[in-house]
Amino acid sequence: MPDAVSPILELKGACKEFMLPGARIEALRDATLTVAKGEFVSLIGASGCGKSTLLRIVAGFEHASSGEALMWGMPIDGPAPDRGMVFQDYGLFPWLTVRGNIAFGPASRGRPASEINETVKRFIALVGLQRFADAYPHQLSGGMKQRVSIARVLANDAEVVLMDEPFGALDAMTRERLQDELLEIWQRTGLTVLFVTHSIEEAIFLSDRVIVMSPGPGRIDSEMRIGLPRPRDVAAADFNELRRELSLKLHSHLARKAA
Amino acid sequence: MTRWRVFRFNQIGKCSSRRPLLAGLCEPLIALAFPLTVLVAWHFATYGRKYALIPPPSDVGLALYDLAVGGINDDAFSTTLHIHLLASISRVFGGFAFAVAAAVPLGLMIGRIPLVRALLDPTFQLLRPIPVTAWLPLAMIIFGLGPRSAFFLVFLGAFYPVLINTVFGVRSVEPRLIEAASMLGCKATSQFFRVVLPARLPGIFTGLRLGLGFAWVVIVVGEMTGVQTGLGAIIMEARQLSRTEIVISGMIVIGLAGFISDRVVLLIGRRLLRWSPNHA
Repeated sequence: MPDAVSPILELKGACKEFMLPGARIEALRDATLTVAKGEFVSLIGASGCGKSTLLRIVAGFEHASSGEALMWGMPIDGPAPDRGMVFQDYGLFPWLTVRGNIAFGPASRGRPASEINETVKRFIALVGLQRFADAYPHQLSGGMKQRVSIARVLANDAEVVLMDEPFGALDAMTRERLQDELLEIWQRTGLTVLFVTHSIEEAIFLSDRVIVMSPGPGRIDSEMRIGLPRPRDVAAADFNELRRELSLKLHSHLARKAA
Repeated sequence: MTRWRVFRFNQIGKCSSRRPLLAGLCEPLIALAFPLTVLVAWHFATYGRKYALIPPPSDVGLALYDLAVGGINDDAFSTTLHIHLLASISRVFGGFAFAVAAAVPLGLMIGRIPLVRALLDPTFQLLRPIPVTAWLPLAMIIFGLGPRSAFFLVFLGAFYPVLINTVFGVRSVEPRLIEAASMLGCKATSQFFRVVLPARLPGIFTGLRLGLGFAWVVIVVGEMTGVQTGLGAIIMEARQLSRTEIVISGMIVIGLAGFISDRVVLLIGRRLLRWSPNHA
């Protein structure tokens, strides 16, 4: 239930440990984070910094070993449609068409057929795939697959969209186009987005706020508010200023270690 | 002539295959070259020899014709082919259907439910290496001489390939798809039907094809146990009467029937699995 006082997402001292034979891996240590409704927040950091783990805890795929993960002030226990996940490798159902993939969520939740048809039509149009509505995933390009995967989550009434390096496997042109489309959808729908990336430019271009994480053990290092008006120009002087600043933050823990 | 080409386009307009028409015609011709060579060699090795134990291909052709439509020998074998063929087909598909009905649900359970796996898997693994033919004496004791033994052996022959492929299939469902389903609100039981089953349909289908193939292999053995009709029975009977041309005719019919039924399953599979890049 939405609650006026609680933020949409909240992590309180979340830790995650994995036991491997002969080793204990501390994937995430003491992560505390608050995300407001409608906010676009990016998590950035080198591999092993726990950004994906943090996202998976919010998604409900992993449980925090200690600490809390809350949505609207209620503990998160397991995956649910209000938190939709967009995977880097798409995770589309190969035996379903574009239409079928987008209808999967509403159908699973027992929506009436007429409503599902309506929803599917709307979201296929939203991501511009009308011509490919009856194509199977293996017939689509990477960019199209990722559009389906975004539409699938939105069609299922997700309030929070969790994106795990969603554009990491795409070529630069497609990536830029999808970034624009994502921003447009976000602005139009008032979604809350938690976005994992390892691209500094992507993080600044998209986010209201960038959370910088560092590895060994994975933890939240610092955060940076991006006040630039949208649409943002990646070649502008103030954009470059932020890029430099974020780059320094991102690499400071390396410098610290070297010293 | 050499510039004729066939272009096939898939739905999104990419050119998916460009195969010259000539090669399309050549393939069946190439496939026929080897059996034709064998046929010619067989002809020259056997034709015109008085006491050859193996009849020349022309004799076999005549026997096959007589078996199918009669009018040549007019003996006990004439125009009986459809009876035997039908008997074998019904046993093959009957036994196969029972095997599928038992092995698919069992395979799904062994694959997904740890308790069922712990309970049944070791036993099946132990029984599996026993050849179907070794079951023959036992089958005759339990089911008696006759079609029921044949039926049972076909069932057994088709059961294991279907079971093994189903078990392996459902155990290897991509975890990502399970995650995707659960974040979309698809839970437990419906997850099984909406994700696990369709995801592993290709594996199950491989099992079905193998199983049906085995069913045709086993049918002859099954029908050699005092059954009156069936392609296996006719081969046994002709052997006892030294009618080798009829034995060979029976072999050819089994080969063709097995081939055609495999094609049918394959076509059904392609239709059901047209989403899969490996099957379409």
